[in-house]
Amino acid sequence: MRAFEYASAATKQQAVSLLSGTMGDAEILAGGTDLLSLIKDDILAPKRLVNIKEIKELGGIRSAGGGLRIGALTTIEEVADSSLVRQAYPGLAQAAAEIAGPQIRHMATVGGNLCQRPRCWYFRNGFGLLGQDKNGKSLVLEGDNRYHAILGNSGPAYFVHPSSLAPALIALNAKIRIFGPAGERDLPLEQFYTVPKSASDRENVLQAQEVLTEVVVPAAKGVRGATYEVRQKDAFDWPLALASVALKMSAGKVQSARIVMGHVAPVPWRSQEAEQALVGKGVDEASAKAAGEAAVQGARDLGHNAYKIQLAKVAVKRAILKAAKGTPV
Amino acid sequence: MPDYKWPEAPKRTWIGKRVSRLDGPDKVSGRAKYTYDIKRPGMLYGKILRSPYPHAKIVSIDTSAAEKMTGVMAVKVIQGAGKEIQWAGDEIAAVAAVDEPTAEDAIRAIKVEYEQMPHQVVDTDPKVAEAKPPVEETKGDPEKAFKEADVVSEGFYGSNVMTHCCLETHGSISEWDGDKLLVHISTQAVSGIAGQMANAIKTVPASNIHVKMDHVGGGFGSKFGPDRWGIETALISKMAGGKPVKIMLERNAEQAVAGSRPSAYAKVKLAAKRDGTLLAWQSEAWGSGGPGGGGQPPLPYVFVFPNHKKQHIAIANNVGPSRAWRAPNHPQAALITMGALDDLAAKLNMDPLDFFLKNIAMTGQRAENYREELLKGAELIQWKKNWHSRGDKAAGPVKRGLGLSLHTWGGRGHESNCDLTIQPDGSVEVKMGTQDLGVGTRTALAIVAADTLGLPLDAIRVRIGDNDYPASGGSGGSTTIGGVSSSTRRAAVDARDALFAKVAPVLNAKPEELEAVGGTIRVAGTPARSLTWKQACAKLGGMPLTVRGKQLANQSDLTNSGVGGIQMADVSVDTETGIVKINKIVAVQDCGLIINLKLSESQCYGALIMGISYALYEEKVVDRNTGLMLNPNMEFYRLAGSGDIGELVVHMMTGPGYDDRGVIGLGEPPVISPGAVISNAIANAIGVRVSTMPFTPDRVLKALEQKGGSNASV
Amino acid sequence: MPDNGEKARRGRGVSRRDFLKASSVTLSVPLVLEQTAAKPADAGARIYGPGKTPITLLVNNKKLNTQVEPRVTLLEALRHEFELTGAKRVCDRASCGACTVIMNGKTVYSCSVLAIEAQGKSITTVEGLATPNQLHAVQQAIVNNDGQQCGFCTPGFVVACKALLDKTPNPSLEQIHRGLSGNLCRCGTYVGLKAAVQEVAKGGRRNA
Repeated sequence: MRAFEYASAATKQQAVSLLSGTMGDAEILAGGTDLLSLIKDDILAPKRLVNIKEIKELGGIRSAGGGLRIGALTTIEEVADSSLVRQAYPGLAQAAAEIAGPQIRHMATVGGNLCQRPRCWYFRNGFGLLGQDKNGKSLVLEGDNRYHAILGNSGPAYFVHPSSLAPALIALNAKIRIFGPAGERDLPLEQFYTVPKSASDRENVLQAQEVLTEVVVPAAKGVRGATYEVRQKDAFDWPLALASVALKMSAGKVQSARIVMGHVAPVPWRSQEAEQALVGKGVDEASAKAAGEAAVQGARDLGHNAYKIQLAKVAVKRAILKAAKGTPV
Repeated sequence: MPDYKWPEAPKRTWIGKRVSRLDGPDKVSGRAKYTYDIKRPGMLYGKILRSPYPHAKIVSIDTSAAEKMTGVMAVKVIQGAGKEIQWAGDEIAAVAAVDEPTAEDAIRAIKVEYEQMPHQVVDTDPKVAEAKPPVEETKGDPEKAFKEADVVSEGFYGSNVMTHCCLETHGSISEWDGDKLLVHISTQAVSGIAGQMANAIKTVPASNIHVKMDHVGGGFGSKFGPDRWGIETALISKMAGGKPVKIMLERNAEQAVAGSRPSAYAKVKLAAKRDGTLLAWQSEAWGSGGPGGGGQPPLPYVFVFPNHKKQHIAIANNVGPSRAWRAPNHPQAALITMGALDDLAAKLNMDPLDFFLKNIAMTGQRAENYREELLKGAELIQWKKNWHSRGDKAAGPVKRGLGLSLHTWGGRGHESNCDLTIQPDGSVEVKMGTQDLGVGTRTALAIVAADTLGLPLDAIRVRIGDNDYPASGGSGGSTTIGGVSSSTRRAAVDARDALFAKVAPVLNAKPEELEAVGGTIRVAGTPARSLTWKQACAKLGGMPLTVRGKQLANQSDLTNSGVGGIQMADVSVDTETGIVKINKIVAVQDCGLIINLKLSESQCYGALIMGISYALYEEKVVDRNTGLMLNPNMEFYRLAGSGDIGELVVHMMTGPGYDDRGVIGLGEPPVISPGAVISNAIANAIGVRVSTMPFTPDRVLKALEQKGGSNASV
Repeated sequence: MPDNGEKARRGRGVSRRDFLKASSVTLSVPLVLEQTAAKPADAGARIYGPGKTPITLLVNNKKLNTQVEPRVTLLEALRHEFELTGAKRVCDRASCGACTVIMNGKTVYSCSVLAIEAQGKSITTVEGLATPNQLHAVQQAIVNNDGQQCGFCTPGFVVACKALLDKTPNPSLEQIHRGLSGNLCRCGTYVGLKAAVQEVAKGGRRNA
């Protein structure tokens, strides 16, 4: 790694004052499970790391207004093991439980997971966020794109967003709170993610001196939630496709649905097409399959990733069936 | 004339038993030191600058900024202006500094100007760039055989490039004391390194190079030489006044340049009679392995056809060269051959077990072994009960299937020397310039010595990993156990006999009447006439007794060559996702006389796991436009985890017909068949061949799609 | 190689080259980063580095002192500063488990923890498990069941197995897979490792 300063913030105000107004000059150190790798690979070269793990108010899960307030420093394991989360938001608990392996789950945080950078191997080999050669040509399109996006892939960004928590939280209509120089702001997690248009953009709206401080999940009474992940290895393998669904059923029919896919697009991908295909129907193999097909209507093969279209379909179908089998909260 | 013959089964105390490895406690406690762990007094840390381009000429190189940095003790150009680089990751320059962060900063401060040249990294197309002229061979009259055949089966089978992925990366520490060089190196050839380094450095004789290594974190065929980076480490140490310099490869360099297994692809045609009798083989094969091309899989594998026509093209590409990868060329040959045979059996609507047994005579000398092993394997996996014809008809998206494969390997013991010393106080020491990659060399030496001398295992002190000890071969070709056990056996027998000569008069017996059993030297048949081991050794007087046992390359009384081995796999495939799950793999393996049954079983479990890993997850992905390896890490270069292996069953063949063959190596044979058995089991499950390994979801789904859209419905 | 006596320049406009040369042990003047903050920089927080700074780590119940740059990982500090070489550097990217240690009761990848932030935490490495006269039950069980070959991944697995059994004393096979999923072995010792975990779960300490 290139040398950097290190400071540990005691409060979120202190964190803001330690960060830099120039994006990339300083980075937030939470779990560190990816930040350090990015610096080791010289993808990021911050002059200062600001450790936020001492900021007490960023930790903890507690009930809030019928829903749940999850501090950004909550570890993945804490989310997966929390009885509050498992009871009220099984889809979120399932998503967290499948992330990586135990060591990562002990270290990685909710905030870090939501803000993590793409795994795109062109990005990680030093070709910039958009994976371009020095002439601006997309190495992704011309190269090996087996792990790249099938949706939202008109370019120039072709990576997939690698958060497994984001789809589950978006399915639950979660909001996040951001603290920065101008104070606090809240926004729906669904609006947090952006598709970069240039290599200097980032994948979310967090500004240079801002810190994601907490996630607020509204009450999910009567909701059946589930997350289904498709990955090749038994464990510790990046998902090839993931779907998180939250269903409200009444008299055996789907009243409303939120269906969000992960690892298939540059942002967590909510599919209103899949939701509409399901609303008003009972849940069975046929209707779940139809929703899966609707979810990938706009999907496009980049040359090496057609199989991800199939996997996304299956993830949506199986997530729906899994949710319907579960007991409502 | 001394009798070195291995003892018969009833006489064996340690040989053939399940013995825990002697260095186990050191490894589990963290005490075991590997080259990567060693810190020498005043040691400097080195790093290497590597080419970012797959094919380029170096125009200029400016190391001045690095040289001026505080804490940088030496900077050395490895390939300078004018040199042509043939693969991304090749060494350009090295630095030695007071600590790693400084070395990293210094590397970044070196400025290199490259002139990029066109590169070629594709290895799947035989027409791209030939490394050497195609190799062709015809035997019998294949054209006639194909014309007259009842059935002809065709297929395409391929195996992508993979890497060794040793957990301890390559590297070494070099330091000079005047004209003497001390090297700690991660290697599988302790006795061979000095000669290679002397040849490369040219200004130091091999006899002045001391090589040491207690433990090594994996080799798998990639660590026989010092490599250029090892030579440069010695040279930069000299530049730094002889101070120890440690250069261990980073993981990304390790994956990109420290060896790989060549790819192999083949179009195969088989001809047979209606009753399954094999008639002819035809193959067009190709594969890559760096600028010089890779090896050639021995096709057809194991089965000797009366008629064959085969061709192989070695493709040249700008990728780090391939190296021997555990059982070189055999895993690829097995995948291609057993896959083709399995496809033919399916076309004939024959159970492949019956089909293989029917043609078993074509495997030559080991036909009866294979028959015995196939029947044993079939029993362990319940083949007849579970097998169905190709294409599992069970309802639901998950299909299950069985596959089988045969393999072979040589494994005769290599040249080895062993010094065995018996001290007058009874302590015993075995010294050998060999290495223990995890195969259990240390334990094997102790077992053979203890068995021969009639002692408990902890009475033997084993010292290896130092080229000051008697030279012994590199651990390759599965030749270690045969070599080291033979030299140790000879040393122990001669030492024992010398001790008998001293003790016989005391016991009023002739030396040939004595035996060493249970910690005593006694007259055979009259156990009362005995001395304890300690009492016996005291008769040595003031001098220890040292005997050198030699195993020469062609000596075959204690070791042998030629093993068989069969494997069978039971897999499930989710046809909606293309994900393959291992349910069970059975390995039936012979390796002559087994020295340590526990470690032999471990060797087989390990090989099966490595096989599952390369069958399902591993491949080196190289980007065609930039020529870079896209996955030089352990995140996207994936190894199997503990939950990926299913149930593994290992059955070692022992007893008459096996034990009496002498000791034969085991390191490689069991890693040959897993790709083939998994490929065949998948085909049996889903009804179509997935042609290219690793069998990742995209390839499985593509095969299903081509078969006729059985994955079209979600 | 002549030692360069050039001193680093500090303050505004410091170049990256000089910045990197700074290696003194005293507190550096922090870089002034551009900010859009309405308030001036908070003087409350201490800023360390980029040069070496003293740290104290609590490892296997011992206080260990050294000086490292902030960019040095816990793994590197353990191995280079304290010669606790049990934890290994294999992937260095939080993907293989060979560097596993226990920090405040949880297994972590020490390659992805900075030494400076590991202060104040209780760290257990593989070296802290055996007593002078006896291997830890997990270690003995791995020896008994030959859950090792080259041994390079073994310390990481020892720590992971111990942590698994501490949390789940009688794990099912599925729980074992899950508990060990963050550790990889190239030689393929999972069969012996799983058997070792099961042996400890059953309460065994037999010697073999």
